[in-house]
Amino acid sequence: MENSVLEAVWLNEGGSCSIVHLQEVSGLDRAELQVLIDSGALAPLAGEGGNPAFASTAMLVARTARRLRDDFALDANGLALAMQLLARVEFLERELERLRASAARPPSAR
Amino acid sequence: MEYKDYYAALGVERGASADDIKKAYRKLAHKYHPDISKDPNGEARFKEVQEAYATLKDPEKREAYDQLGRRPPGERFEPPPDWAQEFGGPGSFADVDLADLLAAFAERRGGRQTRRPQRGQDVEAMASVTLEQVNDGAEVDIRLNLPEYDAQGLLHHVPRTFRVRIPRGASDGQRLRLAGKGGPGNHGGPAGDLYVVMKVLPHPLYRVSGRDLYMDLPLTPSEAVLGGTVEVPTLRGWVALTVAPGTAAGRQLRLAKRGLPGAEGEHGDLYAVVRIDVPKSPTERERALYAELAQASTFNPRSHFPRKG
Repeated sequence: MENSVLEAVWLNEGGSCSIVHLQEVSGLDRAELQVLIDSGALAPLAGEGGNPAFASTAMLVARTARRLRDDFALDANGLALAMQLLARVEFLERELERLRASAARPPSAR
Repeated sequence: MEYKDYYAALGVERGASADDIKKAYRKLAHKYHPDISKDPNGEARFKEVQEAYATLKDPEKREAYDQLGRRPPGERFEPPPDWAQEFGGPGSFADVDLADLLAAFAERRGGRQTRRPQRGQDVEAMASVTLEQVNDGAEVDIRLNLPEYDAQGLLHHVPRTFRVRIPRGASDGQRLRLAGKGGPGNHGGPAGDLYVVMKVLPHPLYRVSGRDLYMDLPLTPSEAVLGGTVEVPTLRGWVALTVAPGTAAGRQLRLAKRGLPGAEGEHGDLYAVVRIDVPKSPTERERALYAELAQASTFNPRSHFPRKG
């Protein structure tokens, strides 16, 4: 059994990656990634030109998109729509979590 | 090796057409896909459905699967002797997944031994951490079974443990990518990646919203009316909190920078949400004093209600 201390890469807003890296990690092709960019599901970092860079969290978005593409046989436009709707659900879930966290619990719920 | 009933997993008859199998898969995928479903068992169920579909949609794999006959799900069995011979002899299947065996079998029998490099599969594992570990940083062990090819090209699931450093400021749902630590590649392809999803365990005192923490601050009615100083536990020790006179239930008292740390060293805030508790069994003396207060008080919290009649 292996037991190794690993310094791994946290996928957060701090790190960044190139579009080529997104292709490698997700398995999506450049055209599919472009549709996701055009729809707003993937947002390049500001100030980037023809070879855009992304926050490392974009890897998660791209991987989710690849999964949905494969599991539901979605075309690029269907995929962009699904990703937009998922982003909306995620935003609403965060808002719900904030509201739940900020509401005092009745004594019986302790 | 453990038998799995792929037809039952998709809810179709053994003689179902390819079209029926596809329809059944789509229906179940919509219901259980982990990116869509909120069913706590959805992910596990989807994996079963996906594995069943991967076998039954492929005519060669399906034929090989059908050759195994019908068995009770979960029954331990050895593949037919000619299969066993091809993959290292009897007894070498204990930690092999049925789907992996069928894939390897179909590849050999179907003449699909393309030597095209194939990237290994990505693997996801969950690491449960406490709020204290998020606050302080910690090392956690992640145990999982990772696929590995043997000399015959058969995938075995081998237990592995990784010790991963959780940096201060990691957050719920955040993912850690361990490049090349997922499933092995085939025909010279690169290994897949291991993704560790961090799950922050519920805390008995604090509720999390991003970097901010919320906690209930129970006050007695007299503390709420008269104000005072109360001691409050935070993740970095106790602090004295001043409660202003006339503090109402639901009011949020902010303790700046007492929330969770961020990756850049910044901190969220801790909010103490006021709740006014009353004694369940007041003493005679308390009851008498409350009765006296009720007589003397002119306070009417319902004065804004419309007049009756």
